[in-house]
Amino acid sequence: MAVFVILAVALIASAVGVISAKNPVHSVVALLTNFAALAVLYLTLSGEFLAMIQMIVYSGAILILFVFVIALLGAGTSVGDLGPNRLAKVMTPAVIVGALALVVLGYALLHAQNPSGGGMLGAATILPGSQSQIAAVTIMPGADGAFGSIADFGRALFTTYLLPFELTAFVLLIAVIGVVVLAGGGAPERRKAAIREPIAKPKRRMEPTR
Amino acid sequence: MNIIAIFKGLATTFGYMFRRKATIDYPFVKRAHASRFHGLHELRRYEDGMERCIGCELCQIACPANAITVIGAENTPEDRHSPGERYAFRYEIDELRCIFCGMCEEACPTDAITLTPRFEMANYTRNSLIYDKSKLLVPAEYGVGEAPHERPGGLPADLGEVARIKSTMEPERGYLATWRGIDILTSEGKTYMPTPAGGELVREPEKLKGGE
Amino acid sequence: MIEALPLWLLVAIKSLVLLIIVITLFAYTMLAERKVLAYMQLRVGPNKVGPWGLLQPAADALKMIFKEDLTPSSADPLIYRLAPFIAVFTALLAYAVIPFSQGEHGPWSIANVNAGILFVFAITSMGVYGISLAGWASGSKYPLLGSVRATAQMISYELAMTMSVIGVILQASTTSLSGIVEAQSRMWFIVPQFLGFLIYIITAVAETNRVPFDLVEAESELVAGFHTEYSGLRFGLFFIAEYINMITVSCLATLLFLGGWSGPGSSGHPLLGLLYFVIKVFAFLFFYIWLRGTLPRLRYDRLMAFGWKVLLPLATLNLLVTAIVVALWY
Repeated sequence: MAVFVILAVALIASAVGVISAKNPVHSVVALLTNFAALAVLYLTLSGEFLAMIQMIVYSGAILILFVFVIALLGAGTSVGDLGPNRLAKVMTPAVIVGALALVVLGYALLHAQNPSGGGMLGAATILPGSQSQIAAVTIMPGADGAFGSIADFGRALFTTYLLPFELTAFVLLIAVIGVVVLAGGGAPERRKAAIREPIAKPKRRMEPTR
Repeated sequence: MNIIAIFKGLATTFGYMFRRKATIDYPFVKRAHASRFHGLHELRRYEDGMERCIGCELCQIACPANAITVIGAENTPEDRHSPGERYAFRYEIDELRCIFCGMCEEACPTDAITLTPRFEMANYTRNSLIYDKSKLLVPAEYGVGEAPHERPGGLPADLGEVARIKSTMEPERGYLATWRGIDILTSEGKTYMPTPAGGELVREPEKLKGGE
Repeated sequence: MIEALPLWLLVAIKSLVLLIIVITLFAYTMLAERKVLAYMQLRVGPNKVGPWGLLQPAADALKMIFKEDLTPSSADPLIYRLAPFIAVFTALLAYAVIPFSQGEHGPWSIANVNAGILFVFAITSMGVYGISLAGWASGSKYPLLGSVRATAQMISYELAMTMSVIGVILQASTTSLSGIVEAQSRMWFIVPQFLGFLIYIITAVAETNRVPFDLVEAESELVAGFHTEYSGLRFGLFFIAEYINMITVSCLATLLFLGGWSGPGSSGHPLLGLLYFVIKVFAFLFFYIWLRGTLPRLRYDRLMAFGWKVLLPLATLNLLVTAIVVALWY
């Protein structure tokens, strides 16, 4: 329980840090702390595989791209330079939406059926189940058939939750295609022409000197 | 991607690991230097202990870097330093300016100033690298100093002509001076170019300006 | 006797011992690198401090400690100071799960985790933060360029590296490191997974930012890359992180492809197994140094093209073939 409290406090503190930090890189570091704390939280729920994937995918790949982009695009500009503080204006609607989301989430958690054998997404039963789950860690975390093993995870992902999984994959694919369209600069012929152009230009400029 | 080249490179570096190393363990092992190496200066003495330097200031004039300062003074019977009329009252070389070209050595009529093979003279202050007579002159108890032909390793045979003529051990050859960058042999006022046959006459003795 | 100790104390003692060993190993890997490089370049290398220069690491450490620790005025002070610790922390954390030999009561490791290989990848993927944050926080251009390069390079090569290792995981059908070693009792995975092994060692060099993939600290272009502004002990921490990462990927290569501690007569003799393990790891470390002594640095666009257009498709192909073979025959 003590572990859970510490992690929860760290999670909330770092989440507040993400939105309150003036410097985007500080936000990223706070988000990194958040992800790490979340991963440890998964570990205490014996969701070993989920914790590792959380670290590899979110912290190791996605968040580092945030750093990459921030470093490339005006590393020095902080939120304060962008204009007056808009946080106060959106505070009231944000609180209302947040409260609504919390109510919905709480309802879903309390009424969620606990899938037998511990489907991975059943790990949402944080509140009542945490004690027994922590006890389970000491037995055999992540072993075959145990709660949160890779086999169970894979089975849940490719049977029960196949449709959401594939839909999410399509959403990501659309994003990738969008990026290619935006950054690629159109058809290959046009790109080739764009490369040739600057070489042709100086020739024309050279002519009057003859 | 030439993968074979990568393996060739790996084989080369691996083979080099077992070759003899080029490193010389410097402060503990010193490499033999070239026999005509130009290092730190030294003012030599005659065998009877007299200073060779006669304070003529030719080295000061010859020096391309203006590193040498000579102030001559008259010898007196009570205070005799050199066999001739004059001696170097002060003799200073700024080793920081010196380019170790050896012009002073070539200009010296008595072979007093010579360049020794010593080269380790690092120090912490600029002043300590302005060598005065107390540092340059060979102390009396240390003999006469090193003549060029006495250097370790001796002189190579093909370069011997200049150095041999320079040596005062052969009095009949006179002394050597440099004239417009060419080694010339002067004897009794006549100037010779050194040739294998002995020397070709270049010019007759000239009268010095405002001569006696 | 060992069982009588409380768990936390046991883990603490194990960690301390391992920490001392790893730091010592780091110091002597560095010395070995200097020596081997020197020998390949017909020099003798450090030989003045102690017999054959064996005390050189101690002298270097003293120098690092007593050097001034500078923080540039343009730097972001918090992250600038945090970055080296992230680098070393993540480098050391991987050793929590790496087993070194097989004893009677289980593998010799701090923790025998089932998702061991995943844990190592999760932790080493954090290592890039140390570099990228250091470069950004230095507040000058060369470190920034170095760190942007590092980020792009490490993400690109991490993909191919993970792909090459998934083949091994499929074949062993476990993510536990000791389980993977046990699965190699008949045949080391270097034989069936040779392509995966090749991809792994290439990407491992790139992941640890070493020659010929050391674009991150290309001294001829970027002064010293991401650690240009660092001095003293903080620079030393980056140094430690780099070499410890090198040892980590060597340990992993040994565990995944060379059968870990297995060797002739090693079953039932944990110490002999440990010896085999150490020899294999040292062979990898030597290979690293050997590469550094041989190959020049790649051009940056070639590096990226090689990662994305050669290694990643090859790794995917390897994974695909392995998956088909495993599905049909296992």
